[in-house]
Amino acid sequence: MSIRAEGPSPADRPPGALRVGLSRGLLEIREFAHAWKSVILTFSLPALVLAMLSSLLDGVFAGTSAVDHYLPGLIAMGLMSVSFQNLGLSIAQERDTGGLRRLRGTPMPPTAYFVGKTVLVMFLALGQVALLLGVARLAFGARLPADPAAWATLGWVLLLGTASCSLLGIAVSSLVRDSRSASGIVIAPFLVLRFTSGIFVPVAVLPGWVVDAASLFPLLWMAQGLRAAFLPAGAAALEPGGAWNPPSVALALGVWCVVGLALVLLTFRWKAGKDG
Amino acid sequence: MSETAIEVAGLRKRYGDDEAVAGVDLTVARGEVLSLLGPNGAGKATTVEILEGFRHRDGGTVRVLGEDPGTAGRRWRSRIGVVWQCEALTPRLTVRAVVRHFAGYYPRPRDPDAVVGMVGLGERAGARVASLSGGQRRRLDVALGIVGRPELLFLDEPTTGFDPRARRDFWSLVGGLARGGATVVLTTHHLEEAEALADRVCVLARGRVRALGTPSTLGGRASARATVGWSADGRRREVRTDEPTRLVGELATLFSGEVPELSVHRPTLEEVYLDLIGEAGRERGGGPGLPDAPGGRRAGTEVTA
Repeated sequence: MSIRAEGPSPADRPPGALRVGLSRGLLEIREFAHAWKSVILTFSLPALVLAMLSSLLDGVFAGTSAVDHYLPGLIAMGLMSVSFQNLGLSIAQERDTGGLRRLRGTPMPPTAYFVGKTVLVMFLALGQVALLLGVARLAFGARLPADPAAWATLGWVLLLGTASCSLLGIAVSSLVRDSRSASGIVIAPFLVLRFTSGIFVPVAVLPGWVVDAASLFPLLWMAQGLRAAFLPAGAAALEPGGAWNPPSVALALGVWCVVGLALVLLTFRWKAGKDG
Repeated sequence: MSETAIEVAGLRKRYGDDEAVAGVDLTVARGEVLSLLGPNGAGKATTVEILEGFRHRDGGTVRVLGEDPGTAGRRWRSRIGVVWQCEALTPRLTVRAVVRHFAGYYPRPRDPDAVVGMVGLGERAGARVASLSGGQRRRLDVALGIVGRPELLFLDEPTTGFDPRARRDFWSLVGGLARGGATVVLTTHHLEEAEALADRVCVLARGRVRALGTPSTLGGRASARATVGWSADGRRREVRTDEPTRLVGELATLFSGEVPELSVHRPTLEEVYLDLIGEAGRERGGGPGLPDAPGGRRAGTEVTA
């Protein structure tokens, strides 16, 4: 056999992580777009809940309309849905079906996989916010953030909240041993948090220990930060501490980003348990 | 560049008390098609996963394309192709879109459309992955394994679920890749497949190499005793002999011409294989020692009917 000139040369460097990651993001968005029939209900659930509550409970809350009352919390829930729930379920399934193992067998940089997920989640998060703001504003005449500072608050809460929930979702996917058991591990805790983090039930009426427990997770802080962006200054009096306290929101979500990243780095597996 | 694609010496891997790989030595030349045969639990999968860099070894040295798979990086990985049996991550995208995307992982990929044609999915290039039949999905798995133009290709039971026609097409595809210079490591249970494709066959059992050779000479197959059969007085006669040619000559003299229902049978690869893994089972005492398989190398000539 002759020696072939096909060996590695500097020109054979595999494509970089950013380029492959963006390509993965585009692929994931295309897959999502083709799957819209099966995901449309999950994606539009926060908007449907907002529409129902805004119609049924208008006038129940003194001094504020039902849509204004529920919009910040439902945006937080929508963001957690497209990040935590979406990644928790989809990564568990990708691991269970051997898809992750297949990727690991290619020269795809591991970072590219996460860049791709980031692109997908950011796309879905912006879509989620646009849908909720559209329904709230056009159908129910909701208040939007009043000034650039309030929009900026919406921006950073969206970014930090989605990032922390995404990392938590990736970490939780590793707890799933079998994708059929994923709903119990991913969906149930999220459902409980919706009732204990001030989304459906105001924080002010919840028992103190419930709020303390819910404060350990990002959803409560996201909802609080978003209320700061959407509601008029006077509404802050309804918060437990009498203020929205954006620095502590940023601190809590920032800590969750760090903790979530550490959990992901410690627990992420490309192979399913059954693959050994 | 080295003429050797894979060099394995003293490879060991233990899971708890079970020594899955118990000292495997193996060298695979560049451009060679090597088939790994062995019963379930023989250590085939573990050996291949160590070669692919998916599993750590407990002992021995391994060089694959000149590097240690345990520490090799992405550039090494881009020279290797692995054909997995698994679901696609993107069932709703088209075959063409998925192959194009995977091509983007490699520095010098094959043309994605050409690869789709090579695996026989040309007419289904625009079809969603979810709409493919089982055999077509396996072809897509193959396409994803070869789109990066691998120098070394690992195939694990590649034709499971293929109809006979698709299997032949696949064999000619692998033959073409090998003629193009690719080294192929094929794990299979199909002995016919190993015989059709492999330059050499390696039989593993109980974590050790039991036999290594060309399909036609494996386990002394070429020199093994032949069974000569014929009919005489309305009865079937069979004789196992080391000298089938002499016996046929004698029979020809005896019958003065055409010998009725003459047959000369050498052990098939399957018979040799069953014999080899049967021996491995008996060595350990408690194993499911197979009843005497045909093709054994006993001395002398015996009449069995």
